[in-house]
Amino acid sequence: MKKTTFILMAIVSALFLLSWILKAGSLSGETDNYILQGFLVTFSAFLTLSVLSFLYADNPLYKFAEHLFVGVSAAFWMCMGFWTTIVQNLIPRLSDGLSKFFEQQPQPGDYNFFFFIPVILGIMLLMRLSPKGGWISRWPLAFIIGTTAGLNFVRYLRSDFIKQISNTFVPLLGTEWQGIGHFFSNLDLSASGQLVAIAANWVIFLGVFCGLIYFYFSKEHKGAFGAASKVGIWVLMLTFGASFGYTVMGRISLLVGRITFLFRDWLEIIS
Amino acid sequence: MVYKLTLTLLTFLLIAPVVSAQETVAASVEATVGDPPMIDSSLIPAPPSDIKAVDTDNDHGHSITVTWELSADDGSGMNNVLSYEVFRWVPFLMDELDTLRAELARVAAEIDSVGRLTSELKDERTVVRAAISDMADQMPEAHRMYPEGGEWRLLDKVVSGVATYENTGGKNREGSDYIPDFSDLYFRVEAVTIDSTIRAASGVAGPVQSFGQWFNTGRTAVFIAFMFFGIMTVFFVMKARRGSELYVRPLAGIEAVDEAIGRATEMGRPILYVLGLGTAADVATIASFTVLGRVAKQVAEYQTQLIVPTYDPIVMSVAQEVVKSSFSDAGRPEDYNEDIVYFVTQLQFAYVAAVNGTMLRELPATNIYMGKFFAESLLLAETGALAGSIQIAGTDEIAQIPFFIVACDFTLIGEELYAASAYLGREPILLGSLKAQDYAKAAVIVLATIGLIAAQFEWNWFIELFHVVD
Repeated sequence: MKKTTFILMAIVSALFLLSWILKAGSLSGETDNYILQGFLVTFSAFLTLSVLSFLYADNPLYKFAEHLFVGVSAAFWMCMGFWTTIVQNLIPRLSDGLSKFFEQQPQPGDYNFFFFIPVILGIMLLMRLSPKGGWISRWPLAFIIGTTAGLNFVRYLRSDFIKQISNTFVPLLGTEWQGIGHFFSNLDLSASGQLVAIAANWVIFLGVFCGLIYFYFSKEHKGAFGAASKVGIWVLMLTFGASFGYTVMGRISLLVGRITFLFRDWLEIIS
Repeated sequence: MVYKLTLTLLTFLLIAPVVSAQETVAASVEATVGDPPMIDSSLIPAPPSDIKAVDTDNDHGHSITVTWELSADDGSGMNNVLSYEVFRWVPFLMDELDTLRAELARVAAEIDSVGRLTSELKDERTVVRAAISDMADQMPEAHRMYPEGGEWRLLDKVVSGVATYENTGGKNREGSDYIPDFSDLYFRVEAVTIDSTIRAASGVAGPVQSFGQWFNTGRTAVFIAFMFFGIMTVFFVMKARRGSELYVRPLAGIEAVDEAIGRATEMGRPILYVLGLGTAADVATIASFTVLGRVAKQVAEYQTQLIVPTYDPIVMSVAQEVVKSSFSDAGRPEDYNEDIVYFVTQLQFAYVAAVNGTMLRELPATNIYMGKFFAESLLLAETGALAGSIQIAGTDEIAQIPFFIVACDFTLIGEELYAASAYLGREPILLGSLKAQDYAKAAVIVLATIGLIAAQFEWNWFIELFHVVD
């Protein structure tokens, strides 16, 4: 370890201890286990700052936070997978003896021979650990991918194909003429004036038409086809721009959440 | 004589309708409320008419739809119909079945209280279940005995103005809402006034049997689309297999993959391939496997380093197989090692933290993000840009494409990712399906154009063709 790194670690450790003491002191009148609570808040703040330090450069503090995060999450999900999927869902349906061993309530009416199929597939999947039987694991993989893709195919066909087609069935010239006043009324995008409705329908039509042409791969994009394709990419980019702005607003709120934690729960500067 | 005959005839003509009406009312009242002492017959509404009971369409069975014509006094006439009560004739055997169900529930409660399934309780449960099963088997026979051995039971009430009711039950014989399929069921409806003793009953509808349908007619459009797409795919796959040249326009993002691999080789730095957060069954991940195969093959040929951190264990297994076979195809199976593809964690931001760390420590020359991405897309792409890597991304997650567009050098938008796998792989199956997709898009354009005209001229029959039930 470099000397500067060592000094930095010592400073951070000292600051951590100081923060812990101060935080525990501030919580002493509020809760009985103020030492533990003080540690938890200080440690959360330390991890938050460690992750944010990545904005400067990769450093040992970030590495520590990263490895802790990855290790804890991997172990947590493994335990969750074992206890919720295998112990709680599978075992009570297969064996009374094992249910008793894991102290699980038997589930009347849920015993089902077919639950042995995922067990067999799971064991086959684990065969990849065997040097000679690795090929067996390809069968459950094929089963998982094939069945899910097949099921999704019909679902997508319904929601992304048929329903999308029917959603483009809009009158481009508007509905029945109801006078000049109604035609120009409510000139804002959320309203139902005839002119706005007609404009919205044209946007749908041109957007879908040109967007589909952009995604047509069997023909070179030249001439009129190329022009329509260009309009298509413009439509896509406008959509992405709107989506980008909308999502960034959501991310800002996440940042505000972390800053609120640091300044309110840890430093108690804001109320 | 003639005078007497005329008088008798006139008297008969005047009295007969009154007597007939009184008889009808009396019969109706007797059938429904059983001789109420004082009912003002003038308040009895006209009964619902034309009652029909049919098997409910497009379902798994165990359901009957009952329809009727509203009473003449519902919304007009005396306008005194408050609601309709729907009755079904139920054999007494159903009560015995209910007793057995209660017995089964008692055994289940006892198992819960004991905390384990003792052999006595298990035997008891098996016996009750067998009895329920036997009794349920006798249901069609019991229903055939109508009107003996059963009685009319109230199912439900519907408000006035409504002329339809769906009697939907379950298929579980042990459930209280069980309705047996292929049994003769009988229904009737009564129009009820504010005084529930004053009511008028319809005739009986039945026998009718419930049964499930193999084909949901509400999804015919999906079936046609499925057939169209399937036939087109098979046709183009066969065409590709025969050696026909199927044109696919060049995609900038894919052309860049080869250059990026060359760049990594020249710089002596690794290539980072991220498969995203999708499962192995997601279409984007499947497409990404094909691109990974191609990248891994070139990596093996150029002897460059490849890093593939994965989020999902199944994806890891598939990716390992893909990379392994690519190394074999490149004639360098000995260069493959299991550490090329490794599992990180299944927590989204922990995975991001790990991949970001890898980017800054390993400094890959090229980062390839192909698959399904969520909120981590910008975090990954920005860190990659910070590390100075060439970045190529592709996803079908519409909300994430903008982030890749702003932070990556090349981005495959949506379906371009699927096309990329076909373009790179040049396999007949992939090329054939890509061609079929293109024809499907052409069909969408044509149908949408006809639909626009249909919407303008209100050809509702055409619009209805695309109506799909959920």
